[in-house]
Amino acid sequence: MKITKTLMATTALTLAAGLAGAEEHVEMADDMTIVSWGGAYQDSQRKAYAEPYMEQNPEVSVTWDESSNEAVAKLRAMNEAGNITWDLVDVVASDAIRLCDEGLAMEYDPDELLAPAPDGTEAEDDFGDLIVSDCFIPQIVYSTTFGYRTDVEEWEGREPDDICDVFDLENFPGQRSLEKRPINNMEWALLCDGVPKEEVYDVLETEEGQDRAFAKLDTIKDQTVWWSAGADTPQLLADGEVVLGSTYNGRLFSLIVEQDQPVEMLWDAQVFDLDGWIIPEGLSDERLARVKDFIYFATDTQRLADQAKYISYGPARQSSAPLVGMHEELGIEMAPHMPTDPGNATNTFLYNYEWWADYRDDLDAQFQAWLAQ
Amino acid sequence: MTDATTGPDHVTGPTPDNAMRDADRAQAQASGPVLAADGKPLKRSLNRALRAQKLRALALIAPLLIFILVTFIAPIADMLFRSVENEIVAETLPRTVIALEDYTGGVPDEPVYEALGKDLTIAAELKEHTRLGSRLNYETTGISSLFRRTGRDVDDLGETYTDQFEDLNEAWEEPSTFVALFADPTWIEEQQEWAAQAEADRDFNEPEPRFYLADGVEEVFPETAPMYERFAQVIQTEDEDSPTEEEPWNIVYLTLYQDLMANPDIADAYDGEVATLLSNAADAVQGFETMNVKEFFLESDEDWADPEVWGTIKAFSPEYTSGYFLASADLQLTPNGIERQDEDQRIYGLLFQRTLFMSMVIMFSCILLGYPIAYLLSNLPLRTSNILLILVLLPFWTSLLVRTSSWKVLLQQQGVINDILVWIGLVSDGNRLVMINNQFGTIVAMTHILLPFMILPLYSVMKTIPPSYVRAAKSLGASNWTAFWRVYFPQSVPGIGAGCILVFILAIGYYITPELVGGTTGTFISNRIAYHISTSLNWGLAAALGSILLAVVLVLYWLYDKIVGIDNVSLG
Amino acid sequence: MVAATDTATAFVEFDRVQKSYDGETLVVKDLNLSMPKGEFLTMLGPSGSGKTTCLMMLAGFETATHGEIRLDGKEINNIPPHKRGIGMVFQNYALFPHMSVAENLAFPLEVRKIGKSDREAKIKRALDMVQMGDFAGRRPAQLSGGQQQRIALARALVFEPELVLMDEPLGALDKQLRETLQFEITKLAHDLGITVVYVTHDQTEALTMSDRVAVFDDGRIQQLAKPDTLYEAPENSFVAQFIGENNTLEGTVQNIQGDRCEVRLDDGEVIDAKPVNVSSVGERTKVSIRPERVETNRDRLQEGAHTLKAEVLEFIYMGDIFRTRLRVAGKDDFIVKTRNAPDQARLQPGQQVEIGWLPEDCRALDA
Repeated sequence: MKITKTLMATTALTLAAGLAGAEEHVEMADDMTIVSWGGAYQDSQRKAYAEPYMEQNPEVSVTWDESSNEAVAKLRAMNEAGNITWDLVDVVASDAIRLCDEGLAMEYDPDELLAPAPDGTEAEDDFGDLIVSDCFIPQIVYSTTFGYRTDVEEWEGREPDDICDVFDLENFPGQRSLEKRPINNMEWALLCDGVPKEEVYDVLETEEGQDRAFAKLDTIKDQTVWWSAGADTPQLLADGEVVLGSTYNGRLFSLIVEQDQPVEMLWDAQVFDLDGWIIPEGLSDERLARVKDFIYFATDTQRLADQAKYISYGPARQSSAPLVGMHEELGIEMAPHMPTDPGNATNTFLYNYEWWADYRDDLDAQFQAWLAQ
Repeated sequence: MTDATTGPDHVTGPTPDNAMRDADRAQAQASGPVLAADGKPLKRSLNRALRAQKLRALALIAPLLIFILVTFIAPIADMLFRSVENEIVAETLPRTVIALEDYTGGVPDEPVYEALGKDLTIAAELKEHTRLGSRLNYETTGISSLFRRTGRDVDDLGETYTDQFEDLNEAWEEPSTFVALFADPTWIEEQQEWAAQAEADRDFNEPEPRFYLADGVEEVFPETAPMYERFAQVIQTEDEDSPTEEEPWNIVYLTLYQDLMANPDIADAYDGEVATLLSNAADAVQGFETMNVKEFFLESDEDWADPEVWGTIKAFSPEYTSGYFLASADLQLTPNGIERQDEDQRIYGLLFQRTLFMSMVIMFSCILLGYPIAYLLSNLPLRTSNILLILVLLPFWTSLLVRTSSWKVLLQQQGVINDILVWIGLVSDGNRLVMINNQFGTIVAMTHILLPFMILPLYSVMKTIPPSYVRAAKSLGASNWTAFWRVYFPQSVPGIGAGCILVFILAIGYYITPELVGGTTGTFISNRIAYHISTSLNWGLAAALGSILLAVVLVLYWLYDKIVGIDNVSLG
Repeated sequence: MVAATDTATAFVEFDRVQKSYDGETLVVKDLNLSMPKGEFLTMLGPSGSGKTTCLMMLAGFETATHGEIRLDGKEINNIPPHKRGIGMVFQNYALFPHMSVAENLAFPLEVRKIGKSDREAKIKRALDMVQMGDFAGRRPAQLSGGQQQRIALARALVFEPELVLMDEPLGALDKQLRETLQFEITKLAHDLGITVVYVTHDQTEALTMSDRVAVFDDGRIQQLAKPDTLYEAPENSFVAQFIGENNTLEGTVQNIQGDRCEVRLDDGEVIDAKPVNVSSVGERTKVSIRPERVETNRDRLQEGAHTLKAEVLEFIYMGDIFRTRLRVAGKDDFIVKTRNAPDQARLQPGQQVEIGWLPEDCRALDA
């Protein structure tokens, strides 16, 4: 057998192929299904992004879905069924990484998809290292932190100011609420078990470290209510069911500032996290074109700053920060309530997305087993 | 003295009817099949007449039948299938599975790592390795992160050879070299035509013709050709790019090195420039700096030297597995056979027990609360009983979440009930009762939610019990209690049976209410199923747990049939 | 049998019993009844006449609003049903469906704590009594209606009560079976010497089975008498109408003399009748004549018979008898029954005939 070919022929053909991927104009779809978390957060997105966008594009109609909680499972199911019904999904960074790894989210080019800052800075630089995955379009910076009631008699005037007060049942008795998942809880447990901040993830990687974290959590297990929806802790705090509980800072903001409850925030070892968009893999050209158009609009500097008028989460763009103004209804300055405010960020904990993307499955299984026992 | 209605023949004696039948039978025996008026056998005529009826009946139920098949039978079948299905390992790591065929334990040798390197490179390019990692992580914690980490490194596997080939001759950097070596000449022509058309017409939108290997090239390059083919396919389908433009993966160079080492005379199969290129390379590879794939993996993550990882891959390489079912029973499949799960991971036995126990408690609470109500309802005048029945049904018209949430408000420590107890002075403020986020909360809330399912069948059965039975019993000398217990109660058993089956089966599969009010001790197996469906995405385990739950229900149903008799169930 | 109404020998007694369910209307108005031991008494009446209520009060399932009910001399108003020791047979048999025949029969014996061997002997005897000895192991649902009723009967008798109440026990059976069972029940009752209160709305049943029949209407006993008296000498027009077939002619009393009176019918014709329920001249009355006491054949009319003109409207051949509908004194529903004898004429519709009857067969009752 002889295979004969000249190199020349194939080189010519390579050149030809290079010209093939030409750009073409595609019609945009008029319907969009946007998936988010519901509640005040989704409202802020609707007011800051969707409504102004629909004003400019009256032909567009947006359907909102509140399934971000189980976005990974649902996207996987849609992928298996071969029918993607979502156009844009709001997820936390670690979910975005998972989705990206599994090929369920679309990779994008920041400088092409996202608008540059008003001063001309390219989007990639404006968002900086918040673009933690090739699929993740950052939107806000939030933190998971603790709120506590200020009227607990048994505390005799003491107020928690250290994350480890969460584990201190002697000085701060009463029920606590923690999220029903390992993320954050494991880190706090290790921090309060004496592990230095920078070694937390190294320790957590080992079996002994995991046992240590669980042992620490065991000390408060029977005094803990486990929450799975962001609204749970604020409600429990307001009812007096728990005296101390973790939740997102925006939820606490509305509890303290908007609802005026006797609750304060514990700004210690709060865990920064990111939330943003992903575009599901496998959209038709028309739908993709619409989503891209929307994203370009919804992530520009002004829009991100606008969202902060409605909820106390920090915009992901550096250029948006100076534009953050007053609360839309209360008329108070929003900046001091942002997790990024220097006054609040004296002792923050750097959440490691990459690490959690890798270890989430492992620790979830163990954590759930630990909970059930 | 005859009652010629339903009595058997020996009591009633011959009747005209019987006599006719006997006569017919006798005639049939005497003269063969009975014929209809048109001379055809009567049986056949009858069958034809019945067939039309049957077809009509079938046509009538067909829509429902199809609906049930699609929405009920098919999903259950799919669930049962998922609980044993395990193609992902063999599909994602085909070479590794073959290389592990004789694996018996310990750290495998280089060929296994080589096979894994090839499989993992392709899987990582297709982004399938994370899914496999998650799948195997269900069995051995840590594999998910292992696959993710190595998945990021594995595209460097073989880089040593890539560099050396490229140092040897720049042609090895050219995608065209590989096209020339492996592609079928016809494909090259097709591709050229396609490229020319694409250049000429900007709206031309067809995909590039699918790559295929030249005849016989697999015999010449047994390792490289399949790997390059896979590369070309992935490039075309996943990246929508062309093999004519993309430099092959490092792993292709590795296989190329292997093929050249195995057969230095490879160049003989070619002529022209490529032949020279090949023969030069064949000479050079002898002096190449080599690399060890095993070392590469261990460098990426030392867990690759962990026999447990390999044992898991080996144990789960068949296309069908009992692993999910074993996991549901707190067991695990290891290369050494079936072993019990680590103590701190054994939860399913506990959860199954708890689910069954709590469902029973809920069922009995429903009987205790529902029976008197149903009795009252069935003995009241219709107008009054209808009003009361509406009150019973009222909870049905409120959303489940609202009802469950109101139980929260009532039962929590700062809730209404505790407040009242403290106010009355039964409980001190410091010792408020814990009635929620535990089993008690689940039982209370679920009894409330499921009560109508007990009352309604009870009511419909009790309504049909004539008052004359109890009267008869009393007239025979039975006291009120005896009349109730020996006469009324046994006749209401079908209602209890139906109510119990409904309540128990509903309870066993409930998950929203236990999730909301059950805390950690009041949750059911169904909460785990929901967790595996929506959070951990371990659908296989969810399916296995669901199948077991289904089996448990069927077994209980069978037991019920044995003990009480399924005819003794009346759903009204 | 004796038809004593003497209070001293009475076994079952209703004394001025009244019953109201709603406090507004009386279902049973003023019931006075006493029956001696061993009597078979039937309460007959249309539905809603109060007969079943009476039976239920006797059984103890309803309480009398007023008055006393006595059993064997003792007041039983406040004794619960299960302590009265009264056997009862229900219309729908009320056999316990979850028990076999033998278990059904054992039930009253068990609650009376009768020993096992004794129990079995009694059950066997009771079943044999109703000729159902082979059916002990069956379930009620496996029996025919007639068989079930026999078992119900056996069950009511197995604990040897002195009083048995039967609430339309044969109502659901077909005619032939009913007749057989009527005979059997009567025979059993007499053989065992038990006292029976039997409720029915079927007059034939009442007439053939009972020692005495109490005809109920509107919450009262209209007449309490032996069957033949009831049929032949009804005391009021309700009883006359209710028992058997009856022709009624309406008119006004013209003259009363001893056991004869003259009644002017509404069309002007004057007939002789026996005054039963009329007391004064000028009173409205309903004259009752049984169809079989009317003669259409002049030749057969007895001495002193009264005759009237009539027109044949319809002639029905019924085998043993002929049934002829006539227009008499302006009424279209006058029925005559004649025996199918060889010399009996078969009348044609439209034919004018002369009919007649004896004055003593013609009873002048209340209007």
